[in-house]
Amino acid sequence: MKAFESKKRHNEIKEQLIKVCLITAASISILTTFGVLFSIIFEAIEFFQMRSFWYFISGTEWSPGVADSKFGALPIFSGTFIITLIAMAVALPIGLGSAIFMSEYASPKLRSKLKPLLEILAGIPTVVYGFFAAITVAPFIVNFFSMLGIQASFNSALASGIVMGIMIIPVISSLSDDVIRAVPDSQRKASLALGMTMSETIKHIVLPSALPGIISATILGISKALGETMIVVMAAGLRPNLSWNILEDMTTVTVRIVDALVGDHEFDSPDTLSAFALGLVLFIVTLILNVISVALIRKFKEKYKINTL
Amino acid sequence: MKNINNTNNNKNLSDNPFYDPSLTQRHKSARRFKIFTITCIAFALSFLVFFLGDMITKGLPAFQQSYMQIDVTYNDQTIASTRKAIDKKYRRIVSRAWLRNIPKMVQESPELMATTQSTWVLVNHQVDQYMKDHYYKIKNKELKIIEDMKAQGKIQLQFNSIFFTQGDSKIPENSGLKSSIIGSILTLLVTMVVAFPMGVMTAVYLEEFADDNRWTQFIEVNINNLAAIPSILFGLLGLAVFINLFGMPRSSPLVGGLTLALMTLPIIIVSSRAALRSVPDSIRQAGYGLGLTKVQVVQDHVIPLAFPGIMTGSIIGLAQAMGETAPLIIIGMIAFIPDSPGSIFEAATVMPAQIFTWAGMPERAYVERTAAGIMVLLSILISLNALAIILRKKFEVKW
Repeated sequence: MKAFESKKRHNEIKEQLIKVCLITAASISILTTFGVLFSIIFEAIEFFQMRSFWYFISGTEWSPGVADSKFGALPIFSGTFIITLIAMAVALPIGLGSAIFMSEYASPKLRSKLKPLLEILAGIPTVVYGFFAAITVAPFIVNFFSMLGIQASFNSALASGIVMGIMIIPVISSLSDDVIRAVPDSQRKASLALGMTMSETIKHIVLPSALPGIISATILGISKALGETMIVVMAAGLRPNLSWNILEDMTTVTVRIVDALVGDHEFDSPDTLSAFALGLVLFIVTLILNVISVALIRKFKEKYKINTL
Repeated sequence: MKNINNTNNNKNLSDNPFYDPSLTQRHKSARRFKIFTITCIAFALSFLVFFLGDMITKGLPAFQQSYMQIDVTYNDQTIASTRKAIDKKYRRIVSRAWLRNIPKMVQESPELMATTQSTWVLVNHQVDQYMKDHYYKIKNKELKIIEDMKAQGKIQLQFNSIFFTQGDSKIPENSGLKSSIIGSILTLLVTMVVAFPMGVMTAVYLEEFADDNRWTQFIEVNINNLAAIPSILFGLLGLAVFINLFGMPRSSPLVGGLTLALMTLPIIIVSSRAALRSVPDSIRQAGYGLGLTKVQVVQDHVIPLAFPGIMTGSIIGLAQAMGETAPLIIIGMIAFIPDSPGSIFEAATVMPAQIFTWAGMPERAYVERTAAGIMVLLSILISLNALAIILRKKFEVKW
């Protein structure tokens, strides 16, 4: 009896110990998020002690590495915005179209084949897309526009934007497909029974119902485009360029972060620290987008009482 | 006759009170919409085909390299000045890297000393590009020699073993993937050693032990956000925390592996949780019924049953970590690494970073090597994913 008691006690201690281990492991993820946040914030604060915050937000000249260096990030933000816009112009219609085909028109068998095929696109490393953009797409765009008599840059925003858009197609199509399929079938049947055609049902009934989910997928795509690095490092330019002309070279936040940190710089110079200021902006924007996206999906799930999504 | 029939039909239709004159138009529009969606998916898939085809046609030539059969003299004089080992007229054709290797070759097989052998020697990248019908820059004098040799069959393309047995090099014909493959293996080893236990433990805690309180919800929201942070920001974390704060060696697989581990964590957590959730509650109830403790139930019954699912998710996470480049560039893993790293503390490079470096090289010969590197990387990733699918199919239990 005594032996049994002591074994029980021993077990209890072991159980407690294991539980503590598990809680510690689970807390690491929190530590990581805050690690990312604080490591960026501290360096960014150091940067803003040296340079004006307002000029960083609203200035139009970015010239690191010179004696009178200036850090106005507006042209960098505009470049990021335009390349993201191009990417979404490619990814949204194609991704949504593919999702509609897979969920509404394709047979379950065809769908189960198409979906993994599309997801291969998401599995390709971004450095590979970058190489493709630089070596195949960019020269094609230059040649194509020179035939029309327009001069395009080899580092045009268009080339990296298009390739980035293709990369984002599966992000949009996969989530939209799940959401569209989750719209209750009764809605479709009611609409078809009233004599609506298939496309009218999709456009006027299914898509509006699925809209929160589709917007959520779009936001996720935008957040992915903003943070994408390798494609723009390899195919877009380095020059901060405040322009609307998508055939010119432009630079993005991620490109400037990489440029500031690659090579041997002194760590405490504003040149290097500017990368952390840009990183902070990127972190905040993608975090906000993610929070909105999650909230929209939750709303959609609550509306149709779906548990699996 | 036909005409009359037609008008009859129309008349009948307009008699019909439900007839909608815009119906043909609406049907047409429905068809157009369907065609639009098909076009979308066809475009996405044809891009995939075009892209893979483009990489293969660009990369395939790199698996062959040109060699030339000439007499090579091995003696003290040629070891001192390796240029003298071959006939003067071949000096601009043969690869510098091959000549540099002569003393080592003699050391390995001393019987070569004081002989003249007819050997297949590596030629330089310009000649190699000429042999592959690419753009080349060769002087007329050499071009004539090469054409003569080619006619005699003394210069030909052979399997490029250098590509797999050599590290990076500034001489294109001598550069290979070996050091970056070893760097990738070391880095991913660190990643998995850290991320796998941590991820599985987090998932077990959240699924099996956690009470639904604020702290748990906070952890869940955090994991969600962690998955959405752009990968480059993990590079900033690695640089600021691992390198500057903890003083770990820059460019090392240790730092790279830790950085990637933090990125892979959410993937492993999410898939492990799904796997644990799919184990039916009856298993747990039966365990409790027999007097097992919670830890015993989880450890001996739930985790073994969920293990295939956990493995599948981890392999997919591993594949994603393997293709990641941006954070590793930030922590300096794009250094020029000709020799393979021996430990996780030495400077190393990884496969995607090697691809990135080669993509930026001005020599034309690096283009095919970049594409070939991409082919190797993609085939590894595809095999990993296939392994994950096979595991899932083989061990999947329908409860």
